[in-house]
Amino acid sequence: MAEKVLMKGNEVMAESAIRAGCRFFFGYPITPQTELAAYMSKRMPKVGGTYLQAESEIAAINMVYGASCAGARVMTSSSSPGISLKGEGISYMAGCDLPGVIVNVQRGGPGLGGIQPSQSDYWQATRATGHGDFHVMVYAPSTVQEMADYAFLAFDKADEYRIPVMLLADGMLGQMMEPVVLPEPKGELPEKPWATSGHKNKRAHNIMDSLYLTAEELEDLNVARFERYQSILRDEQRAELFMTDDADIVLAAYGASARIARSAVVAAREKGIKAGLVRPITLWPFPTDAFEQVMSHAKLFLTVEMSMGQMVDDVRLASAGRVPVEFFGRTGGIIPTPVEVLARIEELSGKVGA
Amino acid sequence: MRSMSAEAKVVFQRPHALLPVVTNYCPGCPHGIVHRLVAECIDELGVEGDTVGIAPVGCAVTSPDFFGCDMIEAAHGRAPAVATAVKRVHPDNVVFAYQGDGDLASIGMAETIHAATRGENITVIFINNAIYGMTGGQMAPTSLPNQVTQTSPYGRDVATAGYPIRVCELLSSLDGVAYLERVTVDCPKNVRKAKKSIMKAFRNQVDGVGYSLVEVVSTCPTNWGLTPQDSFDWMRENMLPYYPLGVYKDVVADGFANAAEAAAARNADCPVAHPATEGGLR
Repeated sequence: MAEKVLMKGNEVMAESAIRAGCRFFFGYPITPQTELAAYMSKRMPKVGGTYLQAESEIAAINMVYGASCAGARVMTSSSSPGISLKGEGISYMAGCDLPGVIVNVQRGGPGLGGIQPSQSDYWQATRATGHGDFHVMVYAPSTVQEMADYAFLAFDKADEYRIPVMLLADGMLGQMMEPVVLPEPKGELPEKPWATSGHKNKRAHNIMDSLYLTAEELEDLNVARFERYQSILRDEQRAELFMTDDADIVLAAYGASARIARSAVVAAREKGIKAGLVRPITLWPFPTDAFEQVMSHAKLFLTVEMSMGQMVDDVRLASAGRVPVEFFGRTGGIIPTPVEVLARIEELSGKVGA
Repeated sequence: MRSMSAEAKVVFQRPHALLPVVTNYCPGCPHGIVHRLVAECIDELGVEGDTVGIAPVGCAVTSPDFFGCDMIEAAHGRAPAVATAVKRVHPDNVVFAYQGDGDLASIGMAETIHAATRGENITVIFINNAIYGMTGGQMAPTSLPNQVTQTSPYGRDVATAGYPIRVCELLSSLDGVAYLERVTVDCPKNVRKAKKSIMKAFRNQVDGVGYSLVEVVSTCPTNWGLTPQDSFDWMRENMLPYYPLGVYKDVVADGFANAAEAAAARNADCPVAHPATEGGLR
């Protein structure tokens, strides 16, 4: 049994990545992901890896692109405004079907926003990380242990599906310390015969390119890519169901806000309100299967987010008009309290007679 | 008369690293010449199997189809960042970026300067033809004062559009740089000189000398609206005075083994840069 250690979320994602075989990290300073890059700069030289502080987020993500082309397990991390700059490179990675792990320790926006925790990049992560028809897989850990687990898993999934994978955390999770069991270091890494690392006079040259000047060819590629996405949508959904078996009011929350929602559910139960929580762990693919499990008995969904309401769109799509969907959120870097979420549950409980 | 069968030998053929395909460059475009020179260098160094080329966005965007080595298409201007990462992952690979003036000196200037100042051990081939060719002839960062382009229809007005960038001169101030030379390919003599320069830029990488960039002053007959020969005349008359040919940095010629040694000599009086010496970092 591995040892339990007390670590900060940002540092755990870094250590877990190294244990997953990541030996290349490219980043640019930004709050509140700072500890992740600092940890990488300290650890990478000790494990024969590369930490490179790039001149910009744009350069950093294009280094991720290059390292991935060359066949390496590679990571970058940033926070909201920096992720916007990485959008270009993420799109090119998707266009070349390149694996890679991108961490977003979210802060308030838009613009320079603030440096306090936020979940206002949900749309960006799940809808429009960059231009073009594509998706990235998105994991939303809600504990430091999950940051360890999903930072590790992200590399495997990125390689398995040849897709960029995002860890969508926030300033609260990143700065928080919790006990964690780190994953055992990975031994063998998968072969990448598609990599551009020199043909050694043994094969035709490999080309990594997302340019297709023939419309039909590009359409065919996009269709084929979306067919591959179907297997991700089918096989890779993850969610936690908490007290949902008999729940009338089902909260939906991910990441940091799920921790508050969980406390509010427990408090509501103590008051005799049958509340529960669906906690998406994958945001893309969105865990619609988990929502289906509660659809027959839920009287109402209450989505709790640290935003003006973004994931609530996906809850509405999952519900498809069958169960009403309400929203409660705080934004600008404010973390909602269990008390105010409970108050909303009680108010809605009266309305639906639950 | 000599017998052909006994004594015939091949004196000119396509380099192996240049694939037997039709390029999509315009007639008279010097890209073909420079591609050939790059491929000849790869052949002569015997490194095709270890080489990874990074293509730009611009006319050479389709060059991954022309070079026989592994190739990566970078986002516009990002080739130095991509090349940096490939070289860091595989230090034994020979990594070159092939970029035009808009790609290298406008949208990608940050990547260019920082790859250079980091002293990445890569080779950069920079085609400067003072115009955006692929998109139809817009003003480039290297367009000359008063040069008429699609987006400087009254000529580049330096009062509003600023001055052209001399890339070799700009980069020559950076400690991370090993070798900079500006060449052209307007005549056989200059093609041979360009070949030597490109070869040096590749050999420097193989020998670990450091970041090497060759700027090729070039033409764009299509967007300049001139014949290929008139284009070379215009280039000789107008571009070469603004962009003088020659070596702008060569640490080996200066007596150093590599860029790092040259940098150390230049900053010798800075204690913190020399922790082994008294007064240095403790």
